[in-house]
Order: sequence, then C-alpha cells, then structure tokens
Amino acid sequence: MLNGIGNMAWLGAATLFILSLRGLSHPASARRGNLYGVTGMVIAVLATLLVTSGAGLQIALIAALVGGGLGAILARRVEMTQMPQLVAVLHSFVGLAATLIAFANFLSPATAMSGVERAIHDTEIYVGAFIGTVTFSGSIVAFLKLQGTVSGKPLVLPARHLLNAVVLGACIVLGYRFVSAPDGGDALYALIVMCVLAAALGVHLVMAIGGADMPVVVSMLNSYSGWAAAATGFMLDNDLLVTTGALVGSSGAILSYIMCRAMNRSFVSVILGGFGTTSAASSAAPQGEVVATTVDEVGSLLRDAQEVVIVPGYGMAVAQAQGTISEITRRLRALGIRVRFGIHPVAGRLPGHMNVLLAEAKVPYDIVLEMDEINEDFTSTDVVLVIGANDIVNPGAQEDAGSPIAGMPVLEVWKARTVVVSKRSMATGYAGVDNPLFYKDNTRMLFGDAKGSVDALLRQLEAA
Amino acid sequence: MAMTIAVPREAHEGERRVAATPESVAQLIKLGYAVEVETAAGANASYPDDAYRAAGARIVDDKRALWSGADIVIKVRPPLSEEVQRLKPGATLIGFVWPAQNAALLEQLAAREATVLAMDCVPRISRAQKLDALSSMANMAGYRAVVEAAQHFGRVFTGQITAAGKMPPAKVLVIGAGVAGLAAIGAARGLGAIVRAFDTRPEVGQQVESMGADFLSIDIEEEGGGSGGYAKQMSAKFIEAEMALFEAQAREVDIIITTALIPGKPAPRLIDAKTVACMRAGSVIVDMAAEQGGNCELTRPGEVVNANGVTVIGYMDLPSRMANQSSQLYATNVRHLLTDLTPAKDGALKLDMDDVVQRGTTVMQRGQVCWPPPPGQVSATPQAAAQTKPVVAIANAKVEDARAVRRNGVWSLAALIVAALLLLALGAVAPPAFVTHFTVFVLAVFVGYQVVWNVTPALHTPLMSVTNAISGIIVIGALLHPGNASTIVTVLAGIALVVATVNIAGGFLVTQRMLKMFQRT
Repeated sequence: MLNGIGNMAWLGAATLFILSLRGLSHPASARRGNLYGVTGMVIAVLATLLVTSGAGLQIALIAALVGGGLGAILARRVEMTQMPQLVAVLHSFVGLAATLIAFANFLSPATAMSGVERAIHDTEIYVGAFIGTVTFSGSIVAFLKLQGTVSGKPLVLPARHLLNAVVLGACIVLGYRFVSAPDGGDALYALIVMCVLAAALGVHLVMAIGGADMPVVVSMLNSYSGWAAAATGFMLDNDLLVTTGALVGSSGAILSYIMCRAMNRSFVSVILGGFGTTSAASSAAPQGEVVATTVDEVGSLLRDAQEVVIVPGYGMAVAQAQGTISEITRRLRALGIRVRFGIHPVAGRLPGHMNVLLAEAKVPYDIVLEMDEINEDFTSTDVVLVIGANDIVNPGAQEDAGSPIAGMPVLEVWKARTVVVSKRSMATGYAGVDNPLFYKDNTRMLFGDAKGSVDALLRQLEAA
Repeated sequence: MAMTIAVPREAHEGERRVAATPESVAQLIKLGYAVEVETAAGANASYPDDAYRAAGARIVDDKRALWSGADIVIKVRPPLSEEVQRLKPGATLIGFVWPAQNAALLEQLAAREATVLAMDCVPRISRAQKLDALSSMANMAGYRAVVEAAQHFGRVFTGQITAAGKMPPAKVLVIGAGVAGLAAIGAARGLGAIVRAFDTRPEVGQQVESMGADFLSIDIEEEGGGSGGYAKQMSAKFIEAEMALFEAQAREVDIIITTALIPGKPAPRLIDAKTVACMRAGSVIVDMAAEQGGNCELTRPGEVVNANGVTVIGYMDLPSRMANQSSQLYATNVRHLLTDLTPAKDGALKLDMDDVVQRGTTVMQRGQVCWPPPPGQVSATPQAAAQTKPVVAIANAKVEDARAVRRNGVWSLAALIVAALLLLALGAVAPPAFVTHFTVFVLAVFVGYQVVWNVTPALHTPLMSVTNAISGIIVIGALLHPGNASTIVTVLAGIALVVATVNIAGGFLVTQRMLKMFQRT
C-alpha cells in the first residue's frame, strides 16, 4: 500500500515539476512556477521516506542540513555575473550524485535477477555511471574555464577526434566486459576503469571548446545531467526520476539547439570544438577608417536621440557595467527618450545571461527585447550603443560569404543612424574575425574599458 | 616650428562660405598651427570675427600681409589671379581647384612654386569620406534645391484638409539619386511632399526607398541585365524610354529637381522644352546641373527664368546659399585633411606621397604639377572583382547545400529505420518493467520539449538553475538505498545525498533570487 501511495505522490511531484517549467514562459508567472518546483521536491522526498519506511532518515536529515546549508550560502553569495559558474558547479553535483548512486546500486546486494533482465539492469548502471562521470568532469572543467582558472582558449590536441573515438570505443568494450563478467570483482574493476576514461573524456571534450561557445557547453551539460538522472531512474525502477531526467535532458538539449542556431553552427561542430583556430581564411580586410569619438560627443548624441537601443555583450558582464547602464537608461528615459535593449541569444556565457544581469540592475524586463523582436526596428533607431559585444553585431555575417561567421544571425545595428561601439581596443572578437562594423561611416568607436566609459558617460549626462 | 595657416575672405563674387569656422580653428590650433583669419572672413556665413578671436585666431586686416605671411592658405573657391600673386613662394594652398578646368591657374601657382591640395580631387574611397567636401557640398545643395523650389512654388508641400478647403500634397520628382539627389529626397519628404526618384543605376533603388521615395525604373529588361555597362553608354532606346517617362511624370508632378551628371562630360539633356510645356503653371524645375550646362533645355545658368508659368531655377551657388552650415561641413573636411597631414600634431605639414588619399588630393608639389595621379593607384576595380567572387561562391554553396540536404535526408531516414529496428528488438527481449519506464521516458521527453519551447528566452538562465534544482531529484536514488547495507554503500549514498541537496537548495533559492529581480516598468 505504501508503495502505491508513494507512486501517486511521485506522479504528483512530476506534474509539479512540469508546471514549474511551464511557469517560466513569462516573468510574471515564473515565481509561482519556482514554488511549484519546491513543493514537488518536498512531496517527492517525503514520499520516498514513506516508501523506505524511514530507513536512512538520520542520514537524510544530516544531508539536508549540510547540503541545504551549503546550497543556501551558495545561492545567497553568488554574484549574478558568476551565474554560469554556479550552474556549471551544480551540474557537476548531479553528475557526481548519479555516478555515486550507480556505484552504490552496483555494490548493494541485488535482488535475484538473471538473463536479459540482469543484463539490462547492469547496462543501466553502466550507462548511468558513464553519463554521470562525463557530466561531472566536464562541468568541473567548464566551471574552471568560466572562472578563468583555466584559459578560455580551446585546447586542440592532435588527432583529438580520434582520441575521443578511441576512449568511447574502450568504454563500450569495457561495458561489454562489465555486463558479461561472472563475478563482482571483475565487473567493479571494469566500472572503475570506465569511470576514469569517462572523466578524461569529459575533461577533454570541454577543454577543446572556446570561451564564447560556453553557452552551448553549459546547456549541453545541463542536458547530460538530466540524462544521468533518467538513467538512474531506469536503474532504480523509478518513474519520477525517469520523468524528471527526461524533462531536464530535453530542456538542456533545446537550449543547446537554440544557442547553436543563434551562431549558425551545427551542434556537432560546437561539440567537436576548436572554433576559430582553423578558419583563418577570412576574406578581404574591411575598407574604411575607424572614427574614434569622445564621451562628450556620445552624451550629446544620446540626448539628441529619440530612439536608443543598447546592445550589451559579454564585455559588459566582465566590466560589471550593468548598474551604470541601468542608471543611464533611467536618465535617458526621464528625458523622454525611448530606450530599449537588444539581446542576442548567445550574448554572455549562459543562455539568458544578459537578461539576468540587466534584471539585477533593475532594468525593466519589458524594454529588454530579443534579437528577432528588435532587428526590424534598427532602421528607425537614432543611436545604438554597443557595449562589450563584437561578433553578434558583425555585419560580415550577412555581407561577406567568406567570413567564418557567415550566415550567423546578428543584430543589424549598422542600419541605425549612428552606432557607438564601446570597446577596449580594435582586437577581434571570439571568432577571430575582423568586424566591418567598426569601419562603417555611421560607426563611432568609444575606446576604453567598458565600465570606465559608461561611468564617464553617466557623469556627462548628469552634468548636463 | 609652427606653421601659419591663413583663412582669407572669399573674393569670388557672391561667395558666402569660409574655409574655417571658430570650431575648426580651435582644432587646428590644437594641431600646433598658428591661425590667421582675414577681417570679416566669416561674416557672410554668420561667424563673427570675435568668435574666431575667442577660438585663438589672430584677425588680420591687411590682405597682402595675410597671404604673404602664411605657410598654408585654406580657401573654398579657387584663388583669383591677384590672390595667387600674393601667395608666399613655396606655400601650400588647400581648396577647391578644379585642375581640369583651370589650366591657367595651375600655371600661375606653379610660378609661385606652390604645393596645391585640391578638395575636389580627394579620392572617393571610403577611408577618405571624412575629407569628401564634394559630398558635403552636394548634400547641402540637395537640401537647398528643395528650399529654393519651395520658395518659388506657390503652394504647400504637405497635404491638408481644412475648413477652407483641401490642399493637395506637392509631388516632387528627383532625377539622379547621388548624394545631392538623396539629400533633396530627404528634404522634400521632410516637408511632406510625395517624392519619386529616377536613376539609371538600378542599385540605388534601395537607397531611394530607404529615404521614403518611390523609385521609378524603366522596363527595358534586356538592356538592364544584358550588357552590364549601360549606365555609361545608354542606348537610344533607353534614352527614348527615359524621356517618355519624364514627359509622363511632368504632367503629374509639381516640382522637378535634376542632378544628373556624367563625370567629365556636359550634363545630359533630360528635360526638353516640350516636357516643360507639359507641366502645370506654377510648377518649378530646379536644375542642379546648371554649371555643367543643365539637364533642362531652358535652364539659364545662375538665373531664374519663367517659361510659360514654369519657374526654371539654374542657381550654381546652392551650397553658398547655406553658408553657415556649408562652411561648417567644409571646414571640418579641411580640418580632417590637415589632421592627416600633421601626424605629429606639431604644427608642421608633412605630405606623404605614398598615401593614396594624400597622393590623389595633391595636384601640385613645389610647383610641379602631379595631376592626374598615376592610374591604378586609386582604383575601384579590385573591389569590384572581390565583390563578384562571393556571389559565385554563394551560388556554388547553394548547390552544395541542396546536395547536402538530400544526403542528410537519406542518412536520417536510414538512422531512423535502424533505431526503430533496435527498439523493436529490445522490446522483444526486455522485461515489461523496462518497457513501461521507457514509455514514460519517451513521453516525458516530448512533454519537456513542448514546455521548454514555451519558455521565454529572457528566462533561460532561471530555466537552467531550476532544472538544476529539479535534477536534484536524484536524492531519491540515494534515499532508496537502505541504510542497513554495507558501509561503503551508505557512505556513497550519503555523499550523493549531500551534493544533490546542495543542488536542490542552491538551485531553487538562486532561481527565486533571480526571478525577484525581473520587474516591469
């Protein structure tokens, strides 16, 4: 009977999780969605304790205290600019948990199973441990890269695809040995060796991917963590885990797909990594001259404008300039100027990263628009302020068929009357492509650190 | 040693512009130059002497002293011969020179061993656009042409319906969509007129439409596509069609502004007397090509004539009629040139004859005529060639793409069939419990797919953190392991429990924190 109640409660939890994701379709309903998620989680844990009749309650309570406390501290302390790191760390935890549970499951005295049933169960354990380990080690590397501890440059080993294939092949062979091994010792040995190989694979996969492809990697790891949970669900015959894992897995996969589409690159090419190292065959250097401008000039441009669009990029996050930008926005809006934000899907290091930063800086979300919503409006825009963005505003993607980023959807800022680009130097963006935008007649370059430039701009606006 | 720049008052009759404004003078002084301005040089352009003085210039009353004391003279119009006589030997002159038309002037300048930089010879490449005084002036002229037309047009531009009756909007036809034509379109649109524009180059159609005018074209397809270079050498058939179009338009429009020029040739005759006769009385024609003979048969250069009620304006000094604004633009162009010529900002002019822009602009160096510049130096052909290549590449890429799509289609179909067979095989041997879980799994993937596509992109980061939190559901896996098993299992499950709980708490709390920040105006 307890099992039946537990199953029903789990079903309820699964439903609440679905509702929780559904709530995110709009900022207004999102907080309620999050509460659904919390409720679902509480129900699921209570139901589980009920099913096991309270076994392991002490451990659960200790874990809840320790883990919950750590989680709460993390959530409180994290800066919004560090969200990508936090997300990566949390992915690694899911991966780690999945691997540990697979081991625990393997080591605990199994109920009598034989034949195909046992083979399938062993495969589930093996697959769960494999995905869990790849997620774990990959997420750790992603975290280190995002944190800056490890260089963001892609690590390109010779014959790296072959290397990956060999490791994958070895894992499959070991898997066969694991499933067919007659005694526990051999099987455990195979499982441990596989985990070492899988960890190396995870590290290598993420090392090969450059900084700006991180949104794809992080959402891919999100997806993996879901699949790991689903595999655990198969292993433990638990439908709630299967359902939740599938939800998370498909969510991450869709995010990866959205990011890839926004860069006009195939998922495979991002995962195989090494972007920007091979595509040196850039076509003709842009014609024209770079015209530098001053803060005073930009200030008067903004004051004389009616329509202003601000395009932030990763540079804004790095310089922590979002607060000042929000203040500038407030001032301009007080002057009766229509200010909006244009966000490219891959701006930043995490899907939706810019939105969160702007929200933190108290920019109202209804003036923060997606690329597709704002691209048509650039022709009627007086001033576009590009802050710390490069490749996502590169007209070469549309005009130059030979460009490595040809065909990537970009914000068509050059169609505005004037474009002001705040940038440290003339260095190329992540893709290593020269940006013809900087050479356009209607482009003015505001050189300097993004934070310093916007601070000076705010002072200029305040003074006037 | 700092050189002295002189800004004389323009001696040409009726010329109101000046080659430097107080603003540009200040910039020139920053470059290290000393600047001397003739008394009342900017008076006609509303730049009083005091403003120049305030900017740091010295006001000089004596023409002769001004000219003979200067190392560099900046002007608008070409100098008159008596002005050339005053020039200090070896000095530099910057201004409009028109070397092709002014051979005698070049000789006189050569006698003074002058170095001459002609603002009208600036190469038309994008790097040199900030020096392009011809474009600046054409822009002003186009605007002014509309203002002149409005001045002589007895009706309003914007249509209105009032208690006293209806006023139809003015219809304006602009012929030639270069810089001047586009400026005219913009000005006429700004006044509220209905604007149409014609140009022999079909590629400017988009620019015309971006300014808010209708682009008129002629339906001679075989001519347009076939022989590429028709813009230069138009066939008789094309001209005939063009004239017919203008005549038809003349019956409809109130104002015609013509800006058609062919480099190095007299202006093409586009509006003949017969066409003018088709226009309603009170209509206006502004012929901006008057200096090159005019696009209209009835144009008299420099004058306004009335032909059976149609006013034909042939002013040649349109930019000068906007003296303040034109001077500002021209002074900025000159200032940009001097900035390029003074790389060290030390007030010493340094001419770099290896620089394409400076080489093209220089028509005389120390009395030696070096105009026209050697061909090939300033050439647009490499660009043109470069432009055609990607087109071919795109075409090829398209074919490749189509092939790839077909190949991909075959592959994905094969993969689908293999996957289906594998699943069927698995179903045949797998225990029923597995099949049930698998069903749940596949359905959940589809639910997730539907739900997640509906998530607004702005909330993608909260989506990731909330999915992080709910993937902490893996705690169930840890809890399901009974605590009475071996120690190692308990330890492993315990660690899993802790990290998963971090996930749950951290994920939900940080999501809540983020979502709180999203607020409406």
